[in-house]
Amino acid sequence: MGIHIAVCVKRTPSSTSVALDGNGQIQTEGLPHGINPFDEYAVEEALRIKEKLDGSKVTIISAGKADCAEVVRSALALGCDEGVVLSDDAFNGSDTMATSLILSGAIKKLGDVKLILFGKQTNDGESGHMTALVGARLQRPSVSAVRKVTEVSDDSISVERAMEDGADTLKLTLPAIVGVTKEINEPRLPSLKGKMKAKKAEIPTWSAADIGVDAAAIGAAGSPTGVVKMEPVPTRGSGIAITGETPEELAKNLVEKLKETKFI
Amino acid sequence: MDYQLTETQQEIINMAGEIAEKKIKPVRAKYDQNEEFPWDIIEEMRKADLFGVYLPEEYGGLGGGNLELIIMAERLAQACGGIGLSALTSSLCAIPILLFGNPDQRKRYLPDLASGKKLGSFCITEPASGSDATSMGATAKLEGDHYVLNGVKNFCSGGETSETYVLFFSTNLDRGPRGITAFIVEKGTPGFTFGKKEEKMGIRCNPTYELVFENCKIPKENLLYKEGRGLHVAQGTFDLSRPGVAAQALGIAQGALNETIEYIRQRKQFGVPVSSFQAMQHILADCATQIEASRALLYSVAKAMDKDLIPATQKAIKEGILVYDAMKELGAKRWTKESAMVKVFCSDTAMKVTTDCVQMCGGIGYMRDFPIEKFMRDAKITQIYEGTNQVQRNEIGMMMIKEAASAARKEAVAA
Repeated sequence: MGIHIAVCVKRTPSSTSVALDGNGQIQTEGLPHGINPFDEYAVEEALRIKEKLDGSKVTIISAGKADCAEVVRSALALGCDEGVVLSDDAFNGSDTMATSLILSGAIKKLGDVKLILFGKQTNDGESGHMTALVGARLQRPSVSAVRKVTEVSDDSISVERAMEDGADTLKLTLPAIVGVTKEINEPRLPSLKGKMKAKKAEIPTWSAADIGVDAAAIGAAGSPTGVVKMEPVPTRGSGIAITGETPEELAKNLVEKLKETKFI
Repeated sequence: MDYQLTETQQEIINMAGEIAEKKIKPVRAKYDQNEEFPWDIIEEMRKADLFGVYLPEEYGGLGGGNLELIIMAERLAQACGGIGLSALTSSLCAIPILLFGNPDQRKRYLPDLASGKKLGSFCITEPASGSDATSMGATAKLEGDHYVLNGVKNFCSGGETSETYVLFFSTNLDRGPRGITAFIVEKGTPGFTFGKKEEKMGIRCNPTYELVFENCKIPKENLLYKEGRGLHVAQGTFDLSRPGVAAQALGIAQGALNETIEYIRQRKQFGVPVSSFQAMQHILADCATQIEASRALLYSVAKAMDKDLIPATQKAIKEGILVYDAMKELGAKRWTKESAMVKVFCSDTAMKVTTDCVQMCGGIGYMRDFPIEKFMRDAKITQIYEGTNQVQRNEIGMMMIKEAASAARKEAVAA
């Protein structure tokens, strides 16, 4: 039997040092890009489930400009079966709400998808909304921050969701949407043969019309939220080290410092 | 330097580089210290398809040739000459099977060596027979459908970890060099056991074993090529395999130099980085120049070999003949001189560069806590195995004289 798994991946800047332009927007042109690091764990988990459930298939979906085909190929090189790029000028400026509509449209078009995997968040937008939003769009159960898949079958998946004080164990009936954390696995490296195969793979591009999404509901116009301005995170000053030979001396010096800085 | 590598070749380097940096570097000191075989890294190399980059696609390889093998070996050796060696020892088993094996033997043994499912080794050395391979004492006697092997081979790289072995025995002691014959022997064959494990100066994670044969019966079909033509098999193999040793040497040199520069740029003495001293810069310059010259020679020779080897392999597979015969039919030249040249040049470079790197790093360079001294220990073997550099020079000289004599003959005929 096996199941059809879709993994949604995003092409994001590989660098953490990005510049802002005059309008307070991130400048990503010319930066090295790659698959969103969190999505690598989702791809790996999909492959592990595929290896566990005979006859399963993994399809990679990536929405963005045409160049996101490169991250689809990098996932195919790892052993994923098919890939599709969602690209259309009408998608430009989509926020997370609109993007979730685009991804849901593609998943519906694939037809038989039983499990949809996401990385917990992206390393650029960092909203972490997508798992829940796509779950809501498809009206299927969703769970984010999954650190372990404990059981999976053709009909259900049991997962551990990381919580601040431990973990929840949840069982979801398929189809379901799961967002995974970095703790879930250690992603594999690609193989040379996988890379050769991925290079030759045909990756179709689907437009808004292909996935049956109303152009008015997506893009900047269809997005209820927008980024007004971005600012760099202020750099944190270095901490102060309290020194002293004995615990008593350390405590004394700490209290003095707290008084000096008017904390006490 | 841009050596005009293909996209696939660049991928091989990237892949080997990823394994070298992420997987090998963190564990190389441990495996060196413990003289333990790095099975976990072997698994990574298998998964990445690195074992078959130089073998035909028909046998599960990537369809490359010598160049693919050496660029991979070089990149792995930049992190560790010992761990990177396992792909090379396997190639030293696969190359004679590819060249001299009949279609059945190629089909039986090459796929598992290409996938890395099985590792391979090659051994010609005996306690009393090193550079003088003709003084071999281990014997193979044909009895019905079997050969019965007796005797000891030693200094077998990858011994015990390998499943498939290409080995040399005398089928006729009276005939000396013309009595030597090559065989394919599999681990687990009754009568084939492992003797002493050597303790080595370098490449310590790769086990070097003594192989012991006591009435070991192998099927007649395991004869590789022809009885009495073992030295021919060995020489034909070395002609194509020595660039592998050269690549290992080159990688060791490059790896040592990279890590040395990193260190001397941050090491301060007299208030300035050590790298700012001209005395250092001159050593650096010589090291880098020797490395680049070695690489240029190695890549050119490998490319030239592949121009013969790859079409011959395709022809042999298509026509069901030996690759070695196909090479002769296609008029391929013998690569004895050039393969000896790259081995000498790259391994001498490795020894010189790694010694200089220890010197540039000073006291810390000599310490086991620091990776540089290991490069120097690992480099030494490349001047010794697959024929000492003295033997290589003999071969270069001998081939030069042969070529000159043949040219003189042609001139005489023309006159």
